[in-house]
This record gives sequence, structure tokens and C-alpha cells, in this order.
Amino acid sequence: MLRLENVEVYYGVIRALKGITLKVEKGEIVSLIGANGAGKTTTLRTISGLLTPKSGKIYYNDQDITYVPPYKRVGMGIAHSPEGREIFTTLTVYENLVLGSYLRNDREGIEKDINWIFSLFPRLKERLSKPAGTLSGGEQQMLAIGRALMAKPQLLMLDEPSLGLAPILVEELFEVIEDINKQGTTILLVEQNANMALSISQRAYVLETGSVKMEGDAKELQENEDVKKAYLGA
Amino acid sequence: MKRFLGVLFGISILFLVIFFIDKRFNSYYREIFSIIGINIILVTSLNISNGFTGLFSLGHAGFMAVGAYTSALLDLPLDKKAMLLPNLPYWLGHISLPFLLSVIMAGFMAAFFAVLVGYPVLRLKGHYLSVATLGFMVIVRVVINNTPNLTRGAIGINNIPNYTNIWWVYFWVVITVYALWRIINSSYGRAFLAIREDHIAASLSGVNLTKYKILSFAIGAFFAGVAGALWAHQITAITPRAFSFVTTFNIVVMLVIGGMGSISGSIVSAFLLTLLPELMRPLEEGMVLFGYQLPQLYGLTQLIMATLLILVMIFRPKGLMGDRELSLKGILGQKSS
Amino acid sequence: MFSLPYVLQQFINAIILGSIYALVAIGLSMVYGILRLINFAHGDILMIGAYTGLFLLTLYKAPFAIVLIVPMLVGGLIGVIVERVAYRPLRKAPEVALLITSLAVSMFIENLAIMVLSPRPRRFRIPSFLSKSHFYGAINFRNIDILIVILTVVLVVVLTLFVKKTKIGIAMRATAESINTSYLMGINVNNIIMLTFAIGSLLAGVAGMMFASKYGRIEPFMGFLPGLKAFVASVIGGIGSLPGAVMGGYLLGFAEIFFVGFLPPQLSGYRDGFVFLLLIIVLLIRPSGIFGQAEKREV
Ligand SMILES: Nc1ncnc2c1ncn2[C@@H]1O[C@H](COP(=O)(O)OP(=O)(O)OP(=O)(O)O)[C@@H](O)[C@H]1O
Ligand SMILES: [Mg+2]
Repeated sequence: MLRLENVEVYYGVIRALKGITLKVEKGEIVSLIGANGAGKTTTLRTISGLLTPKSGKIYYNDQDITYVPPYKRVGMGIAHSPEGREIFTTLTVYENLVLGSYLRNDREGIEKDINWIFSLFPRLKERLSKPAGTLSGGEQQMLAIGRALMAKPQLLMLDEPSLGLAPILVEELFEVIEDINKQGTTILLVEQNANMALSISQRAYVLETGSVKMEGDAKELQENEDVKKAYLGA
Repeated sequence: MKRFLGVLFGISILFLVIFFIDKRFNSYYREIFSIIGINIILVTSLNISNGFTGLFSLGHAGFMAVGAYTSALLDLPLDKKAMLLPNLPYWLGHISLPFLLSVIMAGFMAAFFAVLVGYPVLRLKGHYLSVATLGFMVIVRVVINNTPNLTRGAIGINNIPNYTNIWWVYFWVVITVYALWRIINSSYGRAFLAIREDHIAASLSGVNLTKYKILSFAIGAFFAGVAGALWAHQITAITPRAFSFVTTFNIVVMLVIGGMGSISGSIVSAFLLTLLPELMRPLEEGMVLFGYQLPQLYGLTQLIMATLLILVMIFRPKGLMGDRELSLKGILGQKSS
Repeated sequence: MFSLPYVLQQFINAIILGSIYALVAIGLSMVYGILRLINFAHGDILMIGAYTGLFLLTLYKAPFAIVLIVPMLVGGLIGVIVERVAYRPLRKAPEVALLITSLAVSMFIENLAIMVLSPRPRRFRIPSFLSKSHFYGAINFRNIDILIVILTVVLVVVLTLFVKKTKIGIAMRATAESINTSYLMGINVNNIIMLTFAIGSLLAGVAGMMFASKYGRIEPFMGFLPGLKAFVASVIGGIGSLPGAVMGGYLLGFAEIFFVGFLPPQLSGYRDGFVFLLLIIVLLIRPSGIFGQAEKREV
């Protein structure tokens, strides 16, 4: 479904991605793990089009999307819940969700999905018409995820969705992610909480300073001694 | 020692060129060369605040006006003063300073206003600073218009003695360029650059932001005042309308096209862009071409300047020179440092 | 000291002036909200609107409804062209580059007008039914004054509803908050920016018509000061905020009329200077204005 081939990305003169090759198959949950500054966020931003590679190609459903502008990628079914939430603080919770569904035109579907989001995160419902900037950190995180879901994406990219959530909510969140996946959404997940990410993923990539260090079956990586030492805190 | 000889060499060449121009050219061309010099002073001095310190001021014409009026008030011959401005305070009505002194006073007056205005305004950042300085320019104009006893209001002061000549102008050009050069290569200059590059880091590293900003602003204003004084004694008539947004704009165009942060860029661009209107003048006034009378095209020069500026911003945002300097080595094809 | 009719008359004058400032300020403020650009060319759209109106009135004897609508459309169109040609290529450039470019665009438009239309001021005469005056004792106002105020209110209400209620309006507010995140929502940010320019310039175009109708005289530089004053107005209200721009416009209108109407007459020549003094004071004591949130980016 998604394929990156030798993607190189620069911030000015800084080479943040040094030729990344990876793929995500339809229906999978794939995790990207790695230390701080490894290039996980950069990878997601490149896939969603906020960054353009200096070289390399990105294919989505066998179509070259390397130079497709970001808003069109949303229309093709790629949604990205960015790192640090990035919700619109001056808009209400409801308006944030509406923007998530910006490119959809099925009114009823949208209303239905908003209710679905509320059933996933009941706290959001209570704060429906409050400016999103007044939500707590955890609530903002829920809103960011809900907003990405509102696009009804085929491929959902989540950048550290568990950040700032209480442990019990983290578990709930991962259940939700698995649920969404079972309903047919492919997921590319970036997590500091590598253990948990690996346990719900089929496959994973380990990034290190802008390159893919290891890749493979999530369960195998979870058992791998190097990975354990470096990323799972064992 | 080597550098000293270089400077001496440069000044002697300049001396010879001016001597040649002075002797061989008619008054029309001599005036153009004066205006080029005055523009060099204006652009290089604007470069201090806008280019080197990163405070994008739009008030330069205001400081020019302060300088022009100050010098005219100080050095008008007494009989003319009594006739044009009978209501001056006694002391002002009865002095007539030598030109050099009145130009220097013009510079100090402009610098004084810069400190006065700079103290509140330079706390602003980015666009706000630009609009506030533009506001200062409007205020200067409004005040001149409304104090007829001092400035003759909208009528302006005419009959200013024509003291300015290319010798005076290039004397001041040399002083300006030399002073600015010394300043930007001193610890002050490094503080200015630090302010431009990064506010927060500069204030943390102990640079007293306000002090250096005001200093940079005042130095620029001083030379703008000088240029205004020279200009007044070249044109011999000043009105508040002469110091308008268009004046500021033209200086900004020269600055940006030359390259903000490059003294030599400013000089080259002031030279070229002062000649442009002179070349365009026949067209503006409606020339006869192959027997056809072309229509008058007033505004054409400004139109070209504006277009040039837009193109430069899009295709070469750092201007001709960026923040590099011309050097002999560079011209001879070696890498300049 | 001042008679009641005099005070009421000044009140009316302030409302009219404030309406014009409000309409111009809206466009400036919305554009600033998204691009952090003070569009110096905004005032020149006002001039274009006024000249368009003049030609429709004198050359084509067009009905007044058309004379109101066409300058709006022309203004909007010019705004879009300016954005497309001059500002869009600078999307990733530093703020100061945008500022300089907008100065250049302003100069360009003004001097093109001088070349094509001549620098000579022209009289702007409105149809007689609009210049008809109403007298109530010492108070008087004309039909055009009523029209100016009503039109402003209608436009502001429509625009507010649009920005508050429609999906595109929400997208406009979102873009003002974060361009990158808006892309992730699937918003075509360039189109939203273009739309913002279109709406703002549309209002400036109609404000130009109002300005010309009120003062009866137009010239190529007429937009410069109203443009700057509208900026002052949007700063007072809190730049980037729609209700702020409207409030700021009216507050500035009142402040200016108070200055010329109620202070010693020797001071009234200082009117334009006073506006900028006000700007500097507001910026120093409350840079975020009345309605503005503290800006996330550097002011
Ligand atoms: N806007 C930027 N400008 C310059 N360099 C950047 C920028 N954003 C990221 N980088 C650099 O690019 C590299 C990769 O950063 P990235 O944000 O992709 O890391 P990450 O794997 O997401 O880290 P974390 O786990 O901390 O979120 C880092 O070295 C970082 O310093
Ligand atoms: Mg990251």
C-alpha cells in the first residue's frame, strides 16, 4: 500500500533521513521505533507531504506521490496525527473534528463518525463547544486522534499518540488502535512506548540517525536482545 | 599599514575623479553626482539599522527632513531669515552658522530624535517596528506642516543657499562609509549582528539590546540628517512633501537591491538607481521618438523601481551582494574572505 | 460647552468614518492573521475601487447598485492577482521579504495609476438621490451616509456568519492558526489564502467607493493613509481577529473625530500624527489589542 524507496530528507543542510526504504501492506499495523532524533517524525512528515525528499520515491497504492501536495494526499486516504497534537486551539472541539472530515461530503456519515469518536472518547463530548485550547493535555491528545480518524483514512499515521496520557488510558488507546485496524484501517505507528507498540504490530522498523537499522516481524524484534537493550529498557 | 595605504590610494582616486568631474562636467551632471553621493550616504546609513541590526525602519525620510530643516534654520543668511521666518525665537533668528557646523548639527538633531523615538519604538519587533517608524515619518511631516513659524508649514523654505557641491558631498560620503565600516567591524558591529541573528541568544549573552538598538538607529539617523542637510543645500528649496513615503521607499529599494548587510552593495546600487530616473526622464516627460510625440509617462521610474524590487525579492532575495563586500581580490577572481 | 446637536453630529461622523476604517481593517487583519504580512498594497485596492466607481458613474452612467458591486469585484480580483504574482512565490521567505514586497506592490499600483490615470485629483460626484441631505435641527446627514453604515453592518454580519459557520470559514481560521496542520486536514491552503485576499480586497474596494462618496475627491495616493490607519485600527482591535478589526475601526473613527471635534482647533492639523501616536501607545501598552490573543510568533 505504501512504499518508500531510498528517501533522503534535509532540513536546510542537515540530512535527517539518509535513504529510508520501508513498506506498509494493506491491513497491517507497522511500528517505527528509535531513539530521540532518529528521524521517525521526519519520516511521517515526509509521507504526509509536509516535507519533500531530496531524492528517493514514495509510492502509495502503486502511484508515485513523491511530489503530490499534502492536502491531496489526505484526499487519497492518508491521515496524519502529528507529534505534539497540533490541534487548533482557537477552534472548538467540534470544529476540530469537522476539519478532520474536511474533504468528506457525506453529512450523515460525518455525524455518525463524530458520535463514534465521542463513544471512543466520552470526555470530548462534554467539551464539544469549548475552545480546544482549554482541554487538558490528555484530552487534546484524544482530540488529535479523533480528528485524524474523522478523515476515514485508509492509512492512519499516529506520531506518539500515547504521549501524556494516563497509563490506563494508554491501554484503552491501544485497544482502540487495534479496533480501528480490525475495521480495515492500515496503521503506521510511531511510539516511545516501544514495547506496547510492538505488541500490537505485525511488523516494525528500527530507525537510527536517519537510517533503518533493523526491520522485521514485531514479535521477533521484541525478543531481539539488541532491541531489548536499546529500546525496551530491559 | 597595508590597509592604510589602500585607503589612502582609494581616497586619492576618488579625489582625482571628483576633480575631473568638477572641472569637466556641466552643472547638471555635477548635480547628479551630488545626488548620487547623497543617496550613498542615505542607503549606507539605512543599512546600519535595517541591514546589520535587522531593525527594518521605514522612517529614514523623517530623519532626512529633521536634518534638512535643522541645517536650513541654522545657516540661512540673516537677511533671508528675517524675511522668510520673521517669527523665529530671537536666538535662532540671529544666528547663521557656517555650513560644516550646520550639517553636523543637522546630524545630531536627527540622532537626538532617533533616541527619542527609538526608546519606545525599538522595543517593537518585526512589522510593528516598521509601521511605527513609518508613523514617525508621518508625524514629522504633520509637525512641519503645523509649525509655520518655524518651518513655513506646507509652503516650505526656499532660497536656501546652494552650499552643497560634490566636494562637500563626497567629503561626507568618505566620512560616512569610513565611520560605518569602522563601526561594523568593532565590538558594536558584532553586537548589532548578534541582535539581527538571534534576539533571544543576544539578550542572554549579555548584549544590552535596547542600548545597542538605539545606538544603531541613532547612527543611521545621524547620517540621514547629514544627507538631508546636504540635499537641502543642493536643491535649495524644501517642503514637507519632499520627505514622503516615496523618498523612504526609494532608499529602501536601493538598500534591498544592493543587499542588506553589504556596504559596497549599497554604494553600487545607490549609484545605479540614482542614474535610472535621469535616464528615464525624457520618457517621463514625453519625448519625441522618430518624429512621434510619445505621451508623458510620469510615474514610470517609480514603476520600474517597484517592479525591480518585486523581481529581486522573488528571484534574488539577498540583492546584488547579499552580505558580502566587494573587494579587489574578489574582483580579480580570487575567493574573497 | 458643546451643544447636544453638535455632539450627535460628531457621533454620526465618527460612525461613518469608523465604518470605512472597519471595512479596510478587516482585510488587512485577516491577511496578517494567515501570512504575518502587513499588506501595504491594501490601501491601494481602496483607490482602485474608487476609480472603478468613478468610471462607472461618469463614463457609463451605470445604476448605483452596479457602481457598488463592480468595484468590489474589481478590488477582489486585483487582490487575488497581487497575491498570486507577488506574495505566493515568497511563501517560505522571511517576514521582511514579504513586507518589502508589499511596499513595492503598493508603489507599483500607485504609479501605474499615475501613469494611466494621471496624478491629478478628480471630483467624485454621487447621484443626487444619494447626496440628498436630511436635516434635524442642527444635525444633518446624507443618504449616502446611511447607505455606508447599513452596508458596513450587512457586510460584517455576512462575513462573520461565513467565518463562524461554514466549513470554509472554519478552514480559514484554522489556516490562520497553523498552515502545516491545515494541510494535514486536506485543506488547500493556497486556495484559502487566495480566498482571504479576495474577501479582504472586496471589502477594500467597496470601502474605496464609500471613501470617495464621502469626500468627493479621489487621487492615486488616496489609499496610502487609510491603509495605514486601517492597520492601526486592526492593531487596536487585536490583529488577526475579525471582531477586533471591526471594533478597532470604529474606535479609531471615534478617536479621530474626538481629536478634531472636541480638542482645541489648533490641534486638528495634527490629526494624522495623532493616529500614529495612538498606534505606538497601543503597541507599547497592549500589543495584542483588545480582542487579540498574545501572538505565538514574535510580534
Ligand atoms: N525543523 C527542524 N529543523 C532542523 N532540524 C530538525 C528539524 N526537525 C527535526 N530536525 C532534526 O532531524 C532529526 C530527526 O528528527 P525527528 O523529529 O524526525 O526525530 P524523532 O525520531 O521524531 O525524535 P523524537 O523521538 O524525539 O520525536 C533530528 O536530528 C532533529 O534534530
Ligand atoms: Mg518525533
